[in-house]
Amino acid sequence: MSIPEVPRRSWIQRWHVKGIAVTGLLLVLLVASSRMTGVDVGMFFSNFGQFLNLLVRMSHPAWEYTNVIVQPLLETIQMAILGTTIGAALAVPFAILSASNLIHNRFLRGLTRLFLDLVRTLPDLLLAAIFVAVFGIGSTAGVVTLAIFSFGMVSKLFYEVIETIDMGSLEALTSVGASKVTIIWYAVLPQILNQFVSYFLYTLEINVRASTVLGYLGAGGIGVFLQRSLNEFNYSQTAVIILATLAVVLVIDGISNHLRRVLL
Amino acid sequence: MITTLIEKPSRSIWQRWRWLLWVVVIGALYDWTISGLKFTGLQESAGVVSRSIMAGLVHPQWSYVYDGSGEDLVSLILQTLAIAFLGTIVSAVISVPFAFWAARGDHERFFVRSGSGKVVLTLIRTFPEIVLAIMFIKAVGPGSYAGVLAVSIHSIGMLGKLFSEAIENMNRGPEEAIVSAGGRSGQVFGLATLPTIMPEFFSYTLYRFEIAVRSASILGMVGAGGIGTPMIFAIQTRNWPKVGIILLGIVIMVLLIDSLSEQLRKRLI
Repeated sequence: MSIPEVPRRSWIQRWHVKGIAVTGLLLVLLVASSRMTGVDVGMFFSNFGQFLNLLVRMSHPAWEYTNVIVQPLLETIQMAILGTTIGAALAVPFAILSASNLIHNRFLRGLTRLFLDLVRTLPDLLLAAIFVAVFGIGSTAGVVTLAIFSFGMVSKLFYEVIETIDMGSLEALTSVGASKVTIIWYAVLPQILNQFVSYFLYTLEINVRASTVLGYLGAGGIGVFLQRSLNEFNYSQTAVIILATLAVVLVIDGISNHLRRVLL
Repeated sequence: MITTLIEKPSRSIWQRWRWLLWVVVIGALYDWTISGLKFTGLQESAGVVSRSIMAGLVHPQWSYVYDGSGEDLVSLILQTLAIAFLGTIVSAVISVPFAFWAARGDHERFFVRSGSGKVVLTLIRTFPEIVLAIMFIKAVGPGSYAGVLAVSIHSIGMLGKLFSEAIENMNRGPEEAIVSAGGRSGQVFGLATLPTIMPEFFSYTLYRFEIAVRSASILGMVGAGGIGTPMIFAIQTRNWPKVGIILLGIVIMVLLIDSLSEQLRKRLI
């Protein structure tokens, strides 16, 4: 009778070389980055009073300010809807071009994906700062920013959806000699439409959140008022703006979550 | 031969014409959207400005890349990465208790504990990071320290949510095994819960680091350190060659970090 051998552990496994090395590397990086950023824990606690004072002033919201910010809040939602729509509409052709099951030209696909990756690297506020310089202060800059921002995000989500579709109906149409456009219209579109709408709503949620701060750099919406109240050290107004933004975000999230549940 | 026809399922009027309702609702929504926005007041110089931006992007100011002053592109990009790294690590540590607070338990009644945790996490998530940065600047002065604090607090909202979902969906087998072998609750946590959940926590932390890099690069726009500060100055002074080189730096940094983190995450799970 053979005795099953006890599994042996190598030297590296026994002394947890990998784990210790990773931990050491993390510690070195932590120390280096805290040096570089000048972190001073003591300072935070010695100045904690000021921070607390700010919070206390924020905890007395100036409710009468609500009337002033209703209009800019609505403008923010309008910016988000329009920006997301433009971005999603632009994203559809790019998503089709970068889906590996529809486009077999590897070079074209790689080029499109590289372009989308590049677009996605740019943070929203950075885009806003540039478009405010181009279009001037106002909601146009915000809409363009959100359009480009959501274009990058939606196109990736869309082509991942396209890549997961069932190819059977495509083959069926191809075998009866349908054209590319016919195939997309009758075989691809019905399979992906619900997911597209779902991702569109998801992007809209993110854009509503993003659009509330875009105005900080002059790109319209509630952010303009946020910046004004912060500059005037009027923190009771800031609190109202943040609370109102929170309410709007929660309502939009609720609507979009409900719609997505109905769709999927 | 079977000749009976299968009857077509009849649809009520509501089902048949429901799409029309959606068309009307969506049409009204877009009508409201477009009517509310004012597209007037476009700068006449938009064309000129965008042309000079393009020119600046094509001819970046290469001398800014490194000049040893500590205010050049490379040092500031490193500083941005340091802000993101430190903020993410701190928030990952703080997020763990929040996650256990917000994770729905099996024997919980009415979900009071987990529900309250979820509400707190939503509140943190919705609080704008920029405002947080401005508040911390008031507390610790302008600079990257404020950025670190803003990133570490803001990230709790998302990391706590992802962590708590990981806890809710985790495999309970190892925990039960330790319990049935007579382990105490501390042993269950240390020997079963943590090892099971750790890879997912690491993976989410890496993912959050990618996002933190992006936000650390814009926090400087309000004075919280990193590459954002010279960026906003360059945009305000219309110094497009400098904007070009900074944009290039940010794009390369984000691409590198994203691919690195993706590789690591693939290995983790």
